[in-house]
Amino acid sequence: MSATTAVPAPAIALRPWLAAAVVWALLLTVPFWLPLLGGYTALAGRVLVLGLAAMSFNLLLGFTGVMSFGHAAYFGLGAYGAGLTLKYLAASTPLAMLMGVLLGGLAGTLFGLLIVRRRGVYFAMVTVAFGQIAFYIAYSWNSLTGGYDGLRGFSRAPINLGFTTIDIAGNDIAFYYFLLVAFGIAVGLQGLLLASPFGRTLLAIRENERRARFLGIPVERHIWLSFSISCAFTALAGALYALLNNFADPMGLHYTLSGEIVIMAVMGGMRAFWGPLVGAALFAVLQDYISSMTVNWMSFVGLIFVLVVLFFPRGLLGMLQGRGSQ
Amino acid sequence: MFQLVLFNVTNGLIIGAFYVLMALGLSLILNLSNVINFAHGNFLALGGYIAFVLTPFIGFWGALVVSPILTAVFGFVIERLMIRRVYPRDPVYSLLLTFGLAFIIQDVCRYIWGPNGLPMTIPDVLAQPLTPDLFFITWYRVFMVAIVILAIAGLFAFLRYTRVGIRIRAGTLDLDTVAALGVNVGLLRSFNFAVGSLLAGLAGVLAAGQIGLNPNMGDDVLMPSFIAIIVGGVGSLTGTLLGGLLIGVAAALTTVVWPAASEAVIYVIMLIVLIVRPRGLMGEEGMLT
Repeated sequence: MSATTAVPAPAIALRPWLAAAVVWALLLTVPFWLPLLGGYTALAGRVLVLGLAAMSFNLLLGFTGVMSFGHAAYFGLGAYGAGLTLKYLAASTPLAMLMGVLLGGLAGTLFGLLIVRRRGVYFAMVTVAFGQIAFYIAYSWNSLTGGYDGLRGFSRAPINLGFTTIDIAGNDIAFYYFLLVAFGIAVGLQGLLLASPFGRTLLAIRENERRARFLGIPVERHIWLSFSISCAFTALAGALYALLNNFADPMGLHYTLSGEIVIMAVMGGMRAFWGPLVGAALFAVLQDYISSMTVNWMSFVGLIFVLVVLFFPRGLLGMLQGRGSQ
Repeated sequence: MFQLVLFNVTNGLIIGAFYVLMALGLSLILNLSNVINFAHGNFLALGGYIAFVLTPFIGFWGALVVSPILTAVFGFVIERLMIRRVYPRDPVYSLLLTFGLAFIIQDVCRYIWGPNGLPMTIPDVLAQPLTPDLFFITWYRVFMVAIVILAIAGLFAFLRYTRVGIRIRAGTLDLDTVAALGVNVGLLRSFNFAVGSLLAGLAGVLAAGQIGLNPNMGDDVLMPSFIAIIVGGVGSLTGTLLGGLLIGVAAALTTVVWPAASEAVIYVIMLIVLIVRPRGLMGEEGMLT
């Protein structure tokens, strides 16, 4: 980490408005240009959801300097929270999202208390193991969660605004824009958070934890809050994922997905605000393409991991931003 | 009833022995190189498949010796070619690297040997039960536990009495000083990685004789091995040994009274340790944390 102390946080300072404008222009027009390239709208929804998960995860890895390797747990808890709400409580999409966020966010907040003093690989190992607890519960509690087969038998409900109803259940494009609105609100909040004094303090902890401590910053409390917030946003992504597929399965909690979330963030560029979204888009499209081409897609996904680590460790946006920070 | 209890306890001991063997290898690598080897379970599978291929030529006994050594060579090469490059970087990269390797090795095993289980033949002597009464305890099970005990004793003797072993332990405490004293730390880490792989390969041969082979045979052992390390305390091999035995036996005893909860009890132990003694049973405050 010592090599990175020279230039703090170039990502946010570097032409932020231009990057945001490009991203939003592309996202808003997806239903118009994606079919021309042979894609389908559900894939775009997947990119948004995974992108939100990776960006939420990156609040920790990229902007607090803490490495969680179990974020699939909160993603999956969000998905199950939403699915179970729709199935057993009420056919209300906003309520489902709220319950998903609460379930994943609270689990993260409680667990964060236990691990907030740990660092480095040990932090990663404990988060993996905790993630497997969530996986194990979803896998074994057959009567509630559907076990190995996953939770089925629910579907997203149209949104009633009083004066009109938005049919996100039947209309794919309407649902894409619904996802985009949720994504926009979440990402906007994340941007505000990172620009706030709290966010700047997280960066200070990332750059030099000891110095931050000497300045009187309660480091553990900040990491705990950052972890909880990150988990809550990841749970929102999971809830949206359940809505997207009308399905929640235990593989959504498995550490394999945790690893994929990490590689998305790294592949896109973990020091750039939009990096994880770019990484998620790349990863989702590659995975979609490769798994349609060969049954040995796992080798190729593994190869992506290895190649990114060995040859593109700074990620796509990290390379585009030049050599300023290393 | 007595037989049922005995059956579950022996089962638990054997499973615990595998946890310990895997966790010790992971722990060695973690302590010296600060790397979590996500591919460790796939090294186990590889060890099993290599033994499967070798058995027709050199027999089970030959494979039992040669296969772990080949797995160690494989680990050595992987470390030299790839993992070594990410040591100076943020630990996230080593995690992602071994994660990717796990995917690749598993898929290659599936490609070569097929997705379905394969049987592994063991010598007739070992396939016999101990006595007609204890029909469920074969000599193979006794043999497995004996080999694991031998391997662990060998490992601890190696770390205690050989020059390389002492250097590995010293490097765990302070790698910079060991390097300053003129030890080739890079080579030491590669060798250490090979020793960890050797243990995984040995576990693979033993597991293959018991449950047969399949591409993801190591997956179920990986997470309990992590937990054994967390429970025992990072930085302490003795702790890892205790942690592995503890969760193995606890899981076995739980199976007797409540089979469905045997895996849950492992997680419960981990949570209790994290709450009551966050550094683990034998962990020292400040080690890697």
